Amino acid sequence: MTGQKSKFLIGSLVILGVLAWLGISGYQESKTYYVTISELQAQGQHAYQTRVRVAGTVFPGSIRRESNRLRFTLHQDEQSLEVVYVGTEPVPDTLVDDAQAIVTGKYTRENVFVAQKVQAKCASKYEALPPGVESGSAASGT
Amino acid sequence: MDTLGSFSLLLAFAFCLYAIAAALIGTWKNKPLLEQSAERALVTVCGLVVVSTLSLVVLLLRDDFRVAYIASHSNRALPVYFKFAALWSGQEGSLLWWSCLLAVFAAAAVLLNRRSHRHLMPYAVVTLMTVLLFFLVLNNFVVNPFRLLASQTPAGPQVFAPPDGGGLNPLLQHPAMVIHPPMLYLGFVGFAVPFAFALSALITRSKGEQWIHLTRRWTMIAWGFLTIGILLGARWAYAVLGWGGYWGWDPVENASLLPWLTGTAFLHSVMMQEKRGMMKVWNMVLIFGTFFLCIFATFLTRSGVLSSVHAFAQSAIGPYFAVFLGFTLVVTLAILLSRLDFLKSDNQLDSLVSRESSFLFNNLILLASCFAVLWGTLFPLLSEAVQGVKISVGAPYFNKVQIPIGLFLLFLTGVGPLFAWRRTSLESLRRNFTRPLLFGAVVAAVSFALGVRGFYALMTVFLAFFVIGTITMEFYRGARVLRQKTGQNWAGAAIELTRRNTRRYGGYVIHFGVALLFIGFVGNALTAHKQAEVVAGDEITLRNYRFVVQGIEQQENDNYVSHRARLDVYDGEKLFATMYPERRFYKASQQPTTEVAIRPRLNEDIYVVFAGLAEDSGRAVMQIYINPLVNWVWIGGFVMLLGTLIALLPSRTVPPGRPRRRRRRPAKERDEVEVAA
Repeated sequence: MTGQKSKFLIGSLVILGVLAWLGISGYQESKTYYVTISELQAQGQHAYQTRVRVAGTVFPGSIRRESNRLRFTLHQDEQSLEVVYVGTEPVPDTLVDDAQAIVTGKYTRENVFVAQKVQAKCASKYEALPPGVESGSAASGT
Repeated sequence: MDTLGSFSLLLAFAFCLYAIAAALIGTWKNKPLLEQSAERALVTVCGLVVVSTLSLVVLLLRDDFRVAYIASHSNRALPVYFKFAALWSGQEGSLLWWSCLLAVFAAAAVLLNRRSHRHLMPYAVVTLMTVLLFFLVLNNFVVNPFRLLASQTPAGPQVFAPPDGGGLNPLLQHPAMVIHPPMLYLGFVGFAVPFAFALSALITRSKGEQWIHLTRRWTMIAWGFLTIGILLGARWAYAVLGWGGYWGWDPVENASLLPWLTGTAFLHSVMMQEKRGMMKVWNMVLIFGTFFLCIFATFLTRSGVLSSVHAFAQSAIGPYFAVFLGFTLVVTLAILLSRLDFLKSDNQLDSLVSRESSFLFNNLILLASCFAVLWGTLFPLLSEAVQGVKISVGAPYFNKVQIPIGLFLLFLTGVGPLFAWRRTSLESLRRNFTRPLLFGAVVAAVSFALGVRGFYALMTVFLAFFVIGTITMEFYRGARVLRQKTGQNWAGAAIELTRRNTRRYGGYVIHFGVALLFIGFVGNALTAHKQAEVVAGDEITLRNYRFVVQGIEQQENDNYVSHRARLDVYDGEKLFATMYPERRFYKASQQPTTEVAIRPRLNEDIYVVFAGLAEDSGRAVMQIYINPLVNWVWIGGFVMLLGTLIALLPSRTVPPGRPRRRRRRPAKERDEVEVAA
């Protein structure tokens, strides 16, 4: 019976080996570094080669739809970044002024970020409490 | 009403504590009355949580904006069914909803089984109530949904109600949203019941396989809900922009997939324990792991530790979940290790080509898949902890690993059920597989001739039709035997066959659904896309379709303002459909949304997006997608649901109303069906 067990073991190892190999190559293809806008701009030459993810806030009024692409500006603290979106997926509805956005793609020599993918979270402004209310002072329900 | 809600929530917390204490003392001191009292306390807790949830619903329907949760998740103009859905659209409400569903599940599990599984009850009560206690702590003391808005005045806090609420997030205003979260939650919550039964059986060292039967049934119920929940989520993501199609390997989507994978593994490997007394430790690990992953998934979606397209608020509940997860892990591991002797296997693996080994490979693959998804999802956290840089992995990683896994699983779906227990002869392999293999190959060849390219796509077609072939043969053989005995027609015989062994044939129906699902996935390789700027009168051509823009109209109601384009779609020369892609601007939340127009067909969907107005030319930007076969994903989902329902029905052993019931045939007949199958 140990023969059957070792056969099964070998089969399992082969399968896991193949999956691990696929996983590693898939990882190499799609690994993306998170960087901030200032880190990206400080990287210089190196920044043009790697796929990166950058997060920031959409600058109000900067979203411009052109025939085949969408341009907008992200900012974080004092730094800002020109983004042009060229992907085929429709742009999420949540990409509006002041929304938190994450763009994935590459930085180019023209100092424009070419994004293959855009994700956005709604700005939480509509969750803000009415004026004169501090969240800490809300009374408990009982 | 808010007082009633929060008071019953607090009372539920107290009763919950009592139920745990009473059940523990009752079983230790052997006092049946105390055990019974604990069970009644559990039912009371259920009643109280339901009352609390209903009062939140009433408050929502009444537009009572004094309640902070309602002020930020609803508004007056919201349609009634979305007001109802607002119950689970935010943190506080959805956690209350969790508690409510768990309480109902717990009460149902206890009421249905307390007589037949007396000895399991005390610990089942303790387990279920401990889980519920955790959620009630959150509901009562951390994220109370009945919190009122108040402003600070010199005379102390003053409760007030804003004139209107902030509105429900427009992305959530979709019919699937009304039903997707409850289904997903029913799945997550449902796994608490099999977890509780398995843990109780382990603690009490229950003999016999009866508890397995019970656990398996409850796992199937939870699994069915989870499957439908995930697919409804996919459907919603498909119709609402920004989610990247119906599946985008987003952390939150992944989180819901994890328990589904381990749950599926459990449903298969538990058969090894029922039939052959093997894999006992493994099954325990699987069911504990599934429950653990359900809580973990809730934690991931609710804590904001990973960046996801699901815009959940960052909140303070993360640490509470971490503590609860740690506690669950330590307790279950300790109990498992102390009971290892009880879980000794009765049998050994006999052959590589056997039902047992197909189950082993099924488990291996499902677990590898689960691990790969988990690893990819948590990678940003892991890489930050180890290397100090945050690295994320995207869809290519997941697809590269998961597509071969999916194909291997599909292969096992076809061969596994036809392998005999212990070992399978070459003769039976040939008898069972020749025709399905040919069938698969022919369909794959036809697809190739029709223009389908790519190894994975063709392989999927081949395997999916191979699986469909094996299942058809199974029904055909069983029905043929029955027909010879009873003279029924084919349909009648197939139904009769299914009713006699619902688990087996229900399982085949689920497998059939899985094959359809994979056929739907193939469509991803065949999509077409075009973007154009248009004005009225313009034409766009994509594949065999011609889109003629008729115009753009403006509409307005209390909830939103909308711009709607009208497109006539011609298939060749024939007017085939008129589509209305739309852009809305929701007034309460001040957010724009894109309402995609989808015209489903069995072979492909036409999917039109009104993306907006181009600034440089002022013309409307239309994006048109042809998504082949995507409907088979949803159809496959319905078939899987149907199969689950069939498998949950009790099997009928002797058909009633037969004139000659006393003849000795029926027993032999059953055997023959079993052997032929």
